[in-house]
Amino acid sequence: MKIKSARILVFSTEKISDPAIDMAGLLKLHYPPTVYTISIPCSSGVKSRWILHAFEKGFDGVFIAADGSDCPYGESCTEKTGKIIGRTHELMKAMNIEPARLRMAAICSVCSESFVKQMKSFNEYLLKNSNN
Amino acid sequence: MDKKIGVYICHCGGNISDYVDVEKVKQSVENDEGIFLVKTTMFACGDANQKEMVDDITKNGLNGVVVASCSPKLHLITFRAVTERANLNKYNYVHANIREQASWAHSDDKSGATETAIRLVKAAIAKVRLAQPLFPFVIKSKKAVAVIGGGVAGLRAAIELSDMGCPVTLIEREHFIGGRVSQWNLLFTTSETGKELVTKLYNEVIDRENITLHTGSEVISSTGNIGAFKLKIKKIPRYIKQECHKGKLQEAIDACPVTVDDSFNFNITGRKAIYHNFPSEYPQEPVIDIKNCTRCGECEKICPSVDFSQKEEIIEIEVGSVLMATGFDSYTPSDGEFGYDQFENVVTLPQFKRIIELNDKKLIFKGKEIKNIAYIYCVGSRQIEGENKYCSRYCCTSAIFAAIHTKNKFENINNYHFTRGIRTYGKQEVLYAESLKKGDIYLQSYEDDPPVVTTVNDKTLVSINDILTSKSKMSVEADLVVLVTGMVPRADNSVAALFKLPKGRDKFFNEIHMKLRPVETVIDGVTICGACQGPKNIMESVNSALSAAAKSFSYVSKGVLELEPIIAKIDKDDCTWCGQCAEACPFDAIKMVKDEKKDIAAINNSVCKGCGMCLPVCPTDAIDLIAYSNREIESMIDALAG
Repeated sequence: MKIKSARILVFSTEKISDPAIDMAGLLKLHYPPTVYTISIPCSSGVKSRWILHAFEKGFDGVFIAADGSDCPYGESCTEKTGKIIGRTHELMKAMNIEPARLRMAAICSVCSESFVKQMKSFNEYLLKNSNN
Repeated sequence: MDKKIGVYICHCGGNISDYVDVEKVKQSVENDEGIFLVKTTMFACGDANQKEMVDDITKNGLNGVVVASCSPKLHLITFRAVTERANLNKYNYVHANIREQASWAHSDDKSGATETAIRLVKAAIAKVRLAQPLFPFVIKSKKAVAVIGGGVAGLRAAIELSDMGCPVTLIEREHFIGGRVSQWNLLFTTSETGKELVTKLYNEVIDRENITLHTGSEVISSTGNIGAFKLKIKKIPRYIKQECHKGKLQEAIDACPVTVDDSFNFNITGRKAIYHNFPSEYPQEPVIDIKNCTRCGECEKICPSVDFSQKEEIIEIEVGSVLMATGFDSYTPSDGEFGYDQFENVVTLPQFKRIIELNDKKLIFKGKEIKNIAYIYCVGSRQIEGENKYCSRYCCTSAIFAAIHTKNKFENINNYHFTRGIRTYGKQEVLYAESLKKGDIYLQSYEDDPPVVTTVNDKTLVSINDILTSKSKMSVEADLVVLVTGMVPRADNSVAALFKLPKGRDKFFNEIHMKLRPVETVIDGVTICGACQGPKNIMESVNSALSAAAKSFSYVSKGVLELEPIIAKIDKDDCTWCGQCAEACPFDAIKMVKDEKKDIAAINNSVCKGCGMCLPVCPTDAIDLIAYSNREIESMIDALAG
């Protein structure tokens, strides 16, 4: 059976990217309904094991909606989130999981359109490269 | 203890149930582990449902609650309060956002929206199963508020806070207070002038001992958080001693050889490098504009109050909350936009208001007497292309009021209004009626066919295809063209960047919710009011200022604040102290301590902000964030994966 949309787990941040994702809904900017969000305080607090657990449980992709320069906890957020991605990519490679299935982008508190664009393009990529 | 969970699924009127099959969501979760009851409700936030929830929790001994409704930004606090009223620890409640992230986001796909909602509710249930009672940290909150911006909103907020017994530091970037309102003459509906209003507010401010006013001052750094913001303020001196001799100062101003564009009059006049905007302006000491001063010494020779030895000061303060009232800029048309900067008799509405005030018996501009005035509306507002898609709200009223005032003040004035539809809402409609009675002519066009400004033989013509007369082409020979420009966000918003204040689509500061939390921002302890939040008239600005003052005061009034007990937690057994967590912590909240036989990391609970930056760097995975532990996150992932 052809998959209509890929299953994407989003780690979103309570103060910055959550409002953007909420606003996307408010504006009825549609994205695949198989995008699910888990809210956390800061994108630089995502553990690699959570990401790997998501892949193990069948998610096609994981997206970190990073605070970027808007992070209320400090300027180092982008760099730290980037390092998490780097480390996790290495772990994914070791587990034969395509690193491109993990993406990150800074989603500011008003970046609704950007979030939706990211979800659509990630979905397209995942469907195109799906083994199913 | 086994969990006994209650789940409440909200219709939100039809906002959720129009797209999400809430009964199907109910059926999908009612047999899940730990579920004691599942109910659907028309409005979960309604009083009746809240009472029912309290009854359910107390009668049935529920120890976990999930509400699936709108964004937690709106009602997390509401439902936490419900659980507290039922004597259940509020951290045993978990929120599922099935409106913004399911019904609205997938309103194009009802079955998809329903499936998303089911997964989100299951994830919330998975989390609540593991939830433990938590108790907020209590921190000290400095009973003081910094109000940034000394315009009408900032002044009014400062007075209100002062009256509530709260010390206030009022910080104004300009050397004179009053903001935009001091640039306006008569105001609707009171016929008070802007200067009178500002004078009244200033007198109230200086009468209060618990307000400290800093003019010529900017916040240059902010550290800390709600309850304890540490601000550094850079104060530029006036270069005038406070005990100045008025007569000598005026002579010194007259003697100054430097003339620069006067931004107070929107550059239609000039001013000296030693100046005040108008004689009675507060604070009443003039200022030396040091950037443009050539230090020729002419003023010093005349006036002993001139003091070039004054130095910049850095003032450090600590406050519990920050109230932003930084105002707006007026839209500046681009070159050639309706003839602006192309034809010399094309001005903006703010410039026109200064022209009215600066003239006495006859309305003269650039040496010519003005009789026919064409007003072109919605310039820089309601743009189809460009950034300013919003309506600036105040400009229709302001333009019509200026037009009536012009007719009252000067003789033989003819007003022609080129509009896109008039929006003089509320009592302001009275002005529109008065303008019509006075014989003002109103013409209207759609946004795709705006008026055109041209010159023919030194005459300025404004032409329109008037939709009120079946698109008849009308032309008016105008002595002056007034572009009715709206409000735009401040070009220099560096102070907001210090607090990481989010902006909305219109680039003004963004409140959490325009109805439910209209002056709060996502940055705890920072409130917003006035036109920095979006276009507002004076009354609306003052209303929001009073609201922001009350909210800011609520953060500091008790002297203590309850903070979320969401902090990092070290597993002593697994920790081998490598120091990477301490290095990752931006708040210096992790230190090495001795624990029996080995060194381990320890969290300083009052300093940890719960960001979680220490979690992923730990090589032995010995750190969890309370409420975001591996078990909780992974159980949510399991539920979402299905």
